[in-house]
Amino acid sequence: MNAPSEGYITPDGRKIGGVLMEMKNITLRFGGVVAIKDISFDIREGEIRAIIGPNGAGKSSMLNVISGFYIPTEGEVWFKGRKRGPMKPYEVARLGIARTFQNIALFDGMSVLDNILTGRLTLMKSGLLSQAFWYGAAAKEEDEHREKVEKIIDFLEIQNIRKTPVGRLPYGLKKRVELARALAAEPRILLLDEPMAGMNVEEKEDMCRFILDVNDEFGTTIALIEHDMGVVMDLSDRVVVMDYGRKIGDGTPDEVRNNQDVIDAYLGVAHG
Amino acid sequence: MMPDQLLYALEVTLNGLMAGVMYSLVALGFVLIFKASGIFNYAQGVLALFAALTLVGLQNGQIPFAHLINAALGTNLHHFGWKLPALVAIALTALVMVGLAILIEKLVLKHLVNQAPIILFMATIGLAYFLEGLGDVMWGADIKKLDVGLPQGISETVESVTDAWLGYGFFIDRLDIVATFVAILLVTALTLFSQYSKQGRALRAVADDHQAALSVGISLRFIWVLVWSIAGFVALVAGIMWGAKSGVQFSLSLIALKALPVLMLGGFTSIPGAIVGGLIIGVGEKLFEFFAGPMIGGATENWFAYVLALLFLVFRPQGLFGEKIIERV
Repeated sequence: MNAPSEGYITPDGRKIGGVLMEMKNITLRFGGVVAIKDISFDIREGEIRAIIGPNGAGKSSMLNVISGFYIPTEGEVWFKGRKRGPMKPYEVARLGIARTFQNIALFDGMSVLDNILTGRLTLMKSGLLSQAFWYGAAAKEEDEHREKVEKIIDFLEIQNIRKTPVGRLPYGLKKRVELARALAAEPRILLLDEPMAGMNVEEKEDMCRFILDVNDEFGTTIALIEHDMGVVMDLSDRVVVMDYGRKIGDGTPDEVRNNQDVIDAYLGVAHG
Repeated sequence: MMPDQLLYALEVTLNGLMAGVMYSLVALGFVLIFKASGIFNYAQGVLALFAALTLVGLQNGQIPFAHLINAALGTNLHHFGWKLPALVAIALTALVMVGLAILIEKLVLKHLVNQAPIILFMATIGLAYFLEGLGDVMWGADIKKLDVGLPQGISETVESVTDAWLGYGFFIDRLDIVATFVAILLVTALTLFSQYSKQGRALRAVADDHQAALSVGISLRFIWVLVWSIAGFVALVAGIMWGAKSGVQFSLSLIALKALPVLMLGGFTSIPGAIVGGLIIGVGEKLFEFFAGPMIGGATENWFAYVLALLFLVFRPQGLFGEKIIERV
């Protein structure tokens, strides 16, 4: 493979660690349709890993396999050096794998603050009874969570909409709130499903900056899906390219850019 | 000194408020389940009946399924021969309601994930009839007296105090006063739970978006068991109040029908709405009967609530407190 097993140093000097997650020979079928065919790749500690490909390549299916929304028909998912059995999405989330959705899944009736706080549910310890009978400890815990959430709110520059119900926000801000909620879980891996989809140039630039900052500031490992090639190449350390459910390329942006199969998939092949 | 007519109207209003509290208690259970899962739980009234039956049965040491066992084995069993203290019986019944919630999730809801709301609604209709039958077979179909030590009869204190102040003694049922306090307590507890507890926040999250809830690590099945347990507990409270008022009988399951207009007024998703809706209906039907009843031949309490609900459906379909559906185009 293209990366040494003990990690590597990126051109801009960031240190990438060992393998955090490994997909081994993943195949996913829906009835007769093969969405993913025998794909293997790994995600390393601290890197920004992109999965790209034309529409219908199986990128979203792959993200859903990682986040537990789909169970692969064949193949294994390894996380932190251990094989992960078939799990429900909420169990995967509790392992420290947070995600966003391509078409945004937020709690529209709740405020921005409440939405982000739900991201910390898995980290909250106080149970029902202790909250009822030992109010002090629960209140202290709540304060700590609020503090962490406020940090993220500052970081993503959404202070002024803190109390607004999410249903009233424009699209670009919703995407940012969703990112904030995923970040609030302090995830080991952050999965972003088309974080730039449907955004204008300015919003895209903002989102790019946030993704890079998150990775830089918190050292969060990020795996993202995108079909905007330009954005991905600027953003990511390594790229997996999918087409028709197969892996056709894997490597640094430069390697992938010069890969003939990738060029063919994106630009089309002359038949004849 | 106020004229007697006005004082009488005031007494009617007070009585209406307290009758409204009883409606609210039932409506609360509906709101809880509707908020968290979008299911209109037709079985909520039967849940109250089942809770009351179980409570009476446990308290009197009745042997469950006695008729069935006797018919099958030719025995003549009736009672264990003990009497449980009211509080112990209530605690045990609460446990039974939690067990019931777990069973409902395992046997019914789990298999209907991602089905249309109408399918789930049908399932709760089935559940209602099943529970009614189960209650019948378990505890017998006779009308039972529920006595958990709640005060009964007209409050003499209220009567003498109002008599001394206003020269007109108000007739207020003691049980209604207790019910009012219980309802206040229940709503405060539920609101605090839903707004400030970890599980409450998870519950609101599930109510809003299942997929997003899963992605932040919330187990839908746990939340459903939790919600149905709470609804079962609220049903138990409603069952105790109604049972103490008018005996535990199978027509108790029909009070669910009165909860419907309450919900249409208050909104299906609002806990305070259930309370205010109940109060408006309670006062409305008593006052309407008082003022307009004699002119149109009386018995208006049977239909007033439904006509009011109909008006709301036309002019404010989301109810007084329901969430307005915001849709961005």
